[in-house]
Amino acid sequence: MAPVDEAVGTARPRATIADRSGLLAPLFLLPAVVYIVALVALPFLLALAFAFSDVTAGDPSFDWVGLRNFEAIFDDPVFWRSLQNTLVFTVIAMVLIVVLAKALAMILVADFRFKRLVRFFVLLPWTTPIALAAVAWLWMLDSIYSPIDWVLRNLGLLDGNLYWLGRDNLAMASVIAVHVWRIVPLAAVIIMAGLISIPKDITDAAEIDGAGFWRRLWEITIPLNLPVIAVATLFGAILTFTDMTVVYILTRGGPANATQVLPSYAFFKGIGGGDLAQGAAIALFLFPLLLAATVAVLRAVRRLETF
Amino acid sequence: MALTVADRAYVEQTRRRRRIHDGLGRVALYLVALVAAFCAAVPFVWGTITAFKHDADLYNAQNNPFVFNLEPTGRHVTFLFEDSQFVTFALNTLWVGLVVVAITLAVALPAAYSLARLNMRWAGPLGIAIFFVYLIPPTLLFISLTRMVAILGLHDSTWSLVVIYPTITIPVSVWLLMGFLKAIPRDVEEQAMVDGYSRLQAFVRIVVPLALPGIVAVVVFAFTLTAHEFIYALAFISPSSEKTISIGVPTELIRGDVFFWQSLQAAAILVAVPIAFVFNLLLERFITGFTMGAVKG
Repeated sequence: MAPVDEAVGTARPRATIADRSGLLAPLFLLPAVVYIVALVALPFLLALAFAFSDVTAGDPSFDWVGLRNFEAIFDDPVFWRSLQNTLVFTVIAMVLIVVLAKALAMILVADFRFKRLVRFFVLLPWTTPIALAAVAWLWMLDSIYSPIDWVLRNLGLLDGNLYWLGRDNLAMASVIAVHVWRIVPLAAVIIMAGLISIPKDITDAAEIDGAGFWRRLWEITIPLNLPVIAVATLFGAILTFTDMTVVYILTRGGPANATQVLPSYAFFKGIGGGDLAQGAAIALFLFPLLLAATVAVLRAVRRLETF
Repeated sequence: MALTVADRAYVEQTRRRRRIHDGLGRVALYLVALVAAFCAAVPFVWGTITAFKHDADLYNAQNNPFVFNLEPTGRHVTFLFEDSQFVTFALNTLWVGLVVVAITLAVALPAAYSLARLNMRWAGPLGIAIFFVYLIPPTLLFISLTRMVAILGLHDSTWSLVVIYPTITIPVSVWLLMGFLKAIPRDVEEQAMVDGYSRLQAFVRIVVPLALPGIVAVVVFAFTLTAHEFIYALAFISPSSEKTISIGVPTELIRGDVFFWQSLQAAAILVAVPIAFVFNLLLERFITGFTMGAVKG
C-alpha cells in the first residue's frame, strides 16, 4: 500500500503534513504513548523505587534503604500467608474457570428458546461493577440471614449457621467462588468467539463419520478451541490474582488473614497503614506472576495465528 | 474439507434422525442453561426481593427469605435516593465516566487509525504491546500513583480519577478501534483522497463516521470500565461527596456494623441491570472488535 500513498503525495505538490502518512502515523500514536509512559511506565518505575525506600504517607521524603523493606516482609508471616493464598486461589480459580467457562460457552452458542434471557442473566456477574456484585454476595453469605443456610436448614442438612466468612476454609472457598462466578462469563464469551470461528465443515464431516457429541467435543472442538481457551483462562487468572475488591468487601483479608492476598495486603500496608514503601514492595511480588501469565498468553496467541 | 451436496444432504438427514434421539440432549441443554442462569442471577434475584422487604421481615432467620412474609415496601429505595448520597455517587460516576470516555476517544482513535492503516513499521507488535498494558493491574501501580496524585494536588477529588482512568480505558479502546477500523475497506478512504481530501480529512470526514457503530461500542466499554474501577477510587478519595458508586455504596451504606441491606441491594440492582442490558445489545459488536483487532490489516 505504501507506494500508492507516495504516488499520491508526489502527484500533488501542495502535500501538507496532513498527507504524509510517514509523519502522521507517529504523530497520531504519540498522545497514547505519552499517556501510557507518563501514567503507567513512570508509576511502575516509581513503585520499584519505593520498594527500596522509606517513603511513608506521613514522611514522603525519599531515602534509599536498600533491601530493608524486603527483609521486613520476608520476616512477616502474613506476607507468606498472602503469597500462598494468592497462589492457591489462582490455581483453583483457573481450573474451575476453564471447565465452567467451556461449558457455558457451549450453551451460549447453542440455539434454544429464551436464549437472550439466559444470556442476560449469565452475563450479569461480569457486567456488574465488582464492588456491587461483592456487596450482593456479602448479603448472600451473611452470618445469620444467609439464604443458603436457610435452604440447608430447611433440608435438614444444617443446624444453626455455617458462618461462611467467619471460618478460614469456608471464607477462602467463598472468595474463590465469587471470583469464579464473576470471571466465568467473560472467559465464556472469549471461548464462544473462538467456537464460532471453528469451520462448521469439520464438525459436520466428523458427524458423517459417526462421531458422537463427546467424541466430537474431545477430538475436534476442544483441540481446535484450545488456544482460545488458554487465552480466556489466563485472562481470568490475571483478573483474579490482581484483584483485591472481592477480598476487601467480603472479608478484609480475615478471619485472621486467612483470605489475605498480595493486593489486599499491599493495600492495607500501603494505604491503610501509610507505609507506602512496604506496600510497594509487597505489590511488586505480583509482577513475576503477571509476567509468567503474560508470556503464556503470548504463546497461546502465537499458536492461534498459525491456524 | 469441502463437502459435496450429497454429503450435506446426508448430514441433514442424520441430524434430523438424531434430533429425535437428541431429545435427551435438548433436555440436558435446557437444564444446564437453567442452572447457569440461576447460579449467575441468584444474588441479584434475592437482592431484588431484599430491597423491598420490611426490617421485621428481613431480620427474622425463621422467615422464608425468598418470599414476602410482610407487605413489600419501597421505603428503603426512597431512603437510597433521598437520605443517602447515592445520587451524588451516581452523578460523580457519570461525570468521571463521560470525561474519561472523551479523553479516551481523543487519544485512542488517532492511535488506532495509525496502527490499523498508516503502514507504520512495528504496527503489529506495537498494537499488541498497547493491549498488554491493559493487563498491568491497578494493584501494582496504585501506591505510587497515590503519591503522584497527591503531588499533583488531585487527591480527594474526582479529577484524580479523570486523569488516571484513561490508563485503563485507552489500551482496550485502541485495540477495539483497531478492529473496527480494519473492517472499513481501504478503497473508501483512498477514493476520498483521490477526490482531493487529505489523509487527515479522509480520516475525520469519511473513516470516523463509518466507524461510528464501533465507536459507540467503545464508548460503552470504556464507560463500563470506569464504573467498575474500585482500587484507585478507594486509594485516592476519602470525602463522600467526591465518591463514585463503586466505592460510595460499599463504604457509605455500610457504617461499621450497621448495614443498610435493603438500600445496598437496591443500589446494586439499579446499577447492574442497565449495564447488563446495554452490554447484551452490543455483545456481538464487542466480539467483532476484539477478534478483528488481531487480524492483519
